[in-house]
Amino acid sequence: MALRQCAIYGKGGIGKSTTTQNLVAALAEAGKKVMIVGCDPKADSTRLILHSKAQNSVMELAAEAGSVEDLELEDVLSVGYSGIKCVESGGPEPGVGCAGRGVITAINFLEEEGAYTEDLDFVFYDVLGDVVCGGFAMPIRENKAQEIYIVCSGEMMAMYAANNISKGIVKYANSGGVRLAGLICNSRNTDREDELIEALASRLGTQMIHFIPRANAVQHAEIRRMTVIEYDPTHKQADEYRALAQKIINNKKFVIPTPISMDELEELLMEFGIMEAEDTSIIGKTAAELAAEAIAA
Amino acid sequence: MSQAIDNIKPSYPLFRDDDYKASLANKRQMFEERISEEKIKETFEWSTSVEYKELNFKREALTINPAKACQPLGAVLCTLGFEKALPYVHGSQGCVAYFRTYFNRHFKEPIACVSDSMTEDAAVFGGQKNMMDGLENAKALYKPEIIAVSTTCMAEVIGDDLNAFITNSKKDGRIPMDFPTPFAHTPSFVGSHTTGWDNMFEGFMRHFTLNTMEGKEVGKNGKINLVPGFETYLGNFRVMKRMMKEMDVDFTLLSDPEEILDTPSDGEYRMYAGGTTIAEIKDAPNAKTTILLQPWQLEKTKTFLQNTWHHEIPKINIPMGLEWTDEFLLKISELTGKPIPDSLTKERGRLVDMIQDSHTWLHGKKFALWGDPDFVMGMTKFLLELGAEPIHVLCNNANKRWAKAVKKIMEDSPYGKDGEVYIGKDLWHMRSLVFTNKPDFMIGNSYGKFIQRDTLFKGKEFEVPLIRIGFPIFDRHHLHRMTTLGYEGAMYILTTLVNAVLERLDEETRQMGVTDYNYDLVR
Repeated sequence: MALRQCAIYGKGGIGKSTTTQNLVAALAEAGKKVMIVGCDPKADSTRLILHSKAQNSVMELAAEAGSVEDLELEDVLSVGYSGIKCVESGGPEPGVGCAGRGVITAINFLEEEGAYTEDLDFVFYDVLGDVVCGGFAMPIRENKAQEIYIVCSGEMMAMYAANNISKGIVKYANSGGVRLAGLICNSRNTDREDELIEALASRLGTQMIHFIPRANAVQHAEIRRMTVIEYDPTHKQADEYRALAQKIINNKKFVIPTPISMDELEELLMEFGIMEAEDTSIIGKTAAELAAEAIAA
Repeated sequence: MSQAIDNIKPSYPLFRDDDYKASLANKRQMFEERISEEKIKETFEWSTSVEYKELNFKREALTINPAKACQPLGAVLCTLGFEKALPYVHGSQGCVAYFRTYFNRHFKEPIACVSDSMTEDAAVFGGQKNMMDGLENAKALYKPEIIAVSTTCMAEVIGDDLNAFITNSKKDGRIPMDFPTPFAHTPSFVGSHTTGWDNMFEGFMRHFTLNTMEGKEVGKNGKINLVPGFETYLGNFRVMKRMMKEMDVDFTLLSDPEEILDTPSDGEYRMYAGGTTIAEIKDAPNAKTTILLQPWQLEKTKTFLQNTWHHEIPKINIPMGLEWTDEFLLKISELTGKPIPDSLTKERGRLVDMIQDSHTWLHGKKFALWGDPDFVMGMTKFLLELGAEPIHVLCNNANKRWAKAVKKIMEDSPYGKDGEVYIGKDLWHMRSLVFTNKPDFMIGNSYGKFIQRDTLFKGKEFEVPLIRIGFPIFDRHHLHRMTTLGYEGAMYILTTLVNAVLERLDEETRQMGVTDYNYDLVR
């Protein structure tokens, strides 16, 4: 099987890293050879696989050694649960430097050092929530990830982010082979969440590849720095990740997304009752004015 | 103070006139708050001490006179070696002005190279718009047949994706879809100018051959490919062609800027001249193999040629000096089955004769040297062949494996035993080295002249003269036209070295009535 490279995007805090690691654990359990490349200065994309607080990142080690050229692949690549290879790009402290450049440097380093071995079936890039600069688009450049999965839930900001990320994908899809491969709904238990994400997916021209219900088992495992697959393989939540893994293995639906306008998105949210229709008559009116109007009426 | 129109003096000797001397002294006294001569002298002396050297080698956060340049400079030189190829740098204007002036000053030639002038808004919004306008304008104005795109730091920091931007520009109709646009990401803060050359060269080969490998067969065209790497001695391109011709070997020189960097003054400006053609690049995978003339700086190229062209790249050294030129010619002979012709055998004999004629003057002379990895290695090897002693061997842009290899070469010769090899060090380190363990001469680029001046300031007996071999050479003319490779190159280097020794000896013995006994007519 040829190497498939996938990037996971989505709004910050939506559960990208948790979902990615559980998914990857399920893939590994199914016999696939997988590597995770964390592309987030927080460097928390591999902790559940390695049972560690935070892996030593490429940028951290490079800063210590003086330059990236002084690093060897084995310094930055750790192997965790079920033979999953783990790398964290890392980056600067908040407020200084350039995290995007860290991602570029780390991925170039992995390429030059031959981290993309022929026995790998999948590489997953777990990317910082917002694609704020060119560096965070590095994983979807030509010859890198061709499939993008967006993690979202039935909340306005998560869907807004998913639509925005689709806009980003269109820019790269036009010049290369990168495609949107589906939305992964990481449930927040909102009303009609599955229908809503299905609806959004169809507007974007893609699919909701899987609906992951909310389960406390994920948090129980996470406290122990483990995935559910490893912590409690018999739990029904583990089966959800296994189902997602199988769907991704068999996925053939790769599209150039059709992002929607802000108005269309709001319409959709109103349709599902997540947002109320806007009352334009009250905009810019002070409390006193509104009170006066109420009296007049 | 005013100048007369029929006798305009340059700063020297003008500033030696009494009125200027008075004015400069006045300015110094009134405005410069200069510290005392004694203090300056004391600090200077301290900076030449062993104590200072030790501090200097502990330096971490500062580089002074780095003895290397940045990646896009190499990418530009590489591009100049291809027919009708325009170097295009995606990034800020100032960087590209620097590349042009750097080559101007060395080659004394105009250098055609464009930038897409990224400014603050491009840094915020990404440089795609600059790329679109830039490619369209560059093609319309300068009518190149290839535009080769490299990058400056700015574009790299914001993560501009060349592949996507160039493809989008084509889809937008700015330049035709099939217009050749090899490219390479060349962040200045990674590696050096030699890395940039390597990256750009790989970009060219990738662009013109990666997707057309079908039907290509190693050895089909019977030729040998030669890849020069970051090479600034025009004579080296010429000597390669001559030696191949004399051996009757069919070859392709991949990246050949010999013409464009040496255009005649005949009233016609040539924006493009000579260079390797697209047809030659496309045919290059069909060669028997490819010889990398500077293997230490062509690692990415090597990987590509091995994996994509399936060439077995011969393991040979830069053809510098006697033994390594032998090695090169024997390898060519082995690959092609052509014998070494009498003309080259005779040339070799002449070189050996010259070495014998001069060895009394070069034997045991101590040298400090710096430059690019292959050059420094080749020069070290040739110095040892001459019986000279390389004592400080410095290369900023080489790796640990290189340092080990050079050390091994030195240990294998009685003349190299006392030498030290330094990587990642700069010319300020070199300054400490020549003060604390004095060589007879330095070999390097023009920047060494400041070390020479410092050593003279300490006293005539401490002066270490600079012999200019390397890049850049800004303060002597036409040395870039010389040759450093092959037997011919060895002859040039030998001539330069021995005459520097004799020049110095004359200088030291011409005191009338004091050293007449050795101020000889015959040396």
